[in-house]
Amino acid sequence: MSLTDLLGTFLIVLAIPFFWGGSLGLLRFPDIYTRLHALTKADNLGLGLVVAGSILMSKEWTVGVKLLLIWLAVLVASTISCYLIANAARKRKINPWKIP
Amino acid sequence: MENSLNYAAIAFDGVLALVLLVLAWQLLRSPNLFKAIVLFISFGLMLSLAWIRLKAIDIALAEAAIGAGLTGALFLTALDRLQRREENDREEQDARWKSQEKKPIITTEASDQGLAAMIRKNKNHFFSRPLQTIAAISVLALTCILGWTVWTLPPFSDQMSALVSSNMPISGVENPVTAVLLNFRGYDTLLEIGVLLLAAVGVISVAPSAVMRTGSSPSPILLLLIRLLLPFIILVSGYILWIGKYAPGGAFQAGAVLAAGGILLATAAVRFNLSASKAMPLATGIGLLIFLLVALATMIICGNYLQYPVALAGTLILVIEAAATLSIAAVLVRLFVGVKSDTDNPAPGEDSQTLIFEEENTIK
Amino acid sequence: MNIPLLYELVGVILLGMGLYSLVVYSHPVRKILALNVSGAGVFLFLVAAADRTSGPLPDPVPHAMVLTGIVVAVSATALALALACRIHQVSGTAPLTDNEPE
Repeated sequence: MSLTDLLGTFLIVLAIPFFWGGSLGLLRFPDIYTRLHALTKADNLGLGLVVAGSILMSKEWTVGVKLLLIWLAVLVASTISCYLIANAARKRKINPWKIP
Repeated sequence: MENSLNYAAIAFDGVLALVLLVLAWQLLRSPNLFKAIVLFISFGLMLSLAWIRLKAIDIALAEAAIGAGLTGALFLTALDRLQRREENDREEQDARWKSQEKKPIITTEASDQGLAAMIRKNKNHFFSRPLQTIAAISVLALTCILGWTVWTLPPFSDQMSALVSSNMPISGVENPVTAVLLNFRGYDTLLEIGVLLLAAVGVISVAPSAVMRTGSSPSPILLLLIRLLLPFIILVSGYILWIGKYAPGGAFQAGAVLAAGGILLATAAVRFNLSASKAMPLATGIGLLIFLLVALATMIICGNYLQYPVALAGTLILVIEAAATLSIAAVLVRLFVGVKSDTDNPAPGEDSQTLIFEEENTIK
Repeated sequence: MNIPLLYELVGVILLGMGLYSLVVYSHPVRKILALNVSGAGVFLFLVAAADRTSGPLPDPVPHAMVLTGIVVAVSATALALALACRIHQVSGTAPLTDNEPE
């Protein structure tokens, strides 16, 4: 494998702990706000690493541009839906978890 | 290296199969319906991964858009309607019924059998325990027989795929799935668009209002999302439609993406009145109409129903697909609005505008 | 046991699970979920069967059938959900509740 392929694979493998951490946060954090925090931040960063690795491994530059657009679209959509979910939770008077 | 890649593939498929089965079991047996629906959405996304493993990229696109996204949204909307139990809702319902003089169809004097009695007694299962066991044993027997049949199936003949690949040059497109869908088995697709229209007619007759009303005006962040994403959605939908000729894509995936944009718009508007829209009936019917016109034209010119002249095949397929995209998007949005809306009559003053975001801004 | 056979068996098991849930549970949304799961199982079987070709490319005819099937399944689901909501709206008595299974 060439250097770019190796680097691309390394970046994709680097994304695994981010996704794992995000899912672990979803399962283990105490309330909805902290879970949203873990999900959106960790998963978006993981996706960014996967996209970066795929861009390095892609054969044409047009595929790379499309991958970047995918990442940007996911970023926009997940950020805004995270805000909407948190807002709806706030309206239903779900209070943030406090350290006991 | 080859062997390790093989083992990795086998491991991935094994884990994916296990995840699919566990997700399905959990979603069918979970007592909380919201959890069941969320598990169903993730089941749909895992299924998209399975389609990619089976080299069915078109189906993966369609499953992610339609199967996971749209069906999940429909289920969540229906669940929200079915679980309304607040007092003010009951009072509104009572007032509405009194004004329209509607009597409930299933009254307490009805017979004690069937679905109505079950609903009244709030039973979770249809049958008693012994009958449940009999059902379980029968279904298990059926599954085992089917599994054994599948295990002992002979290797399939390649007759169909050889026919398709040898006839690809005259089909007018380069993607074999599009060729099969719109040229070799175009009759099935014509009837499928007809079925979509039939489902729309059914939903319209059951839930006649096309009006959605939310209590508060949408948050400006949601409006920002729409301003950013909606042009992108339309562009992506057009791209998927165009690329269906050369690569995985086509009318259904493009229609589903466009429908997602329409549903986004519908969810954000304060009042969404589809019956005021003049474009909606045209958009709903245009797919079937164009398809039928092309079919009749080919019958008159070439002698056989839906036999495209070879030189025009690509163009005809694109025209049909474009009309079908619009139609699929319109029908899916109408289906969603039909499941979501629970008001029977539009308020006065709403008849002229389709979309209202705030009280001052109106969008046609 | 090759890859298509694994997915075919998974499809058959999904069909069985969905069929049992369709028959046994009484809440309409559960029944519709069960129908969708059965449908997914059938599609999985068809597409896995399409992968059993001798060449590298799968057979595109079942792919087209399953694509049609997915769209028809979503429209049937929408119609079924609209009917369920209408029953709930019109039946007047207690809404369709969902108790913990005994």
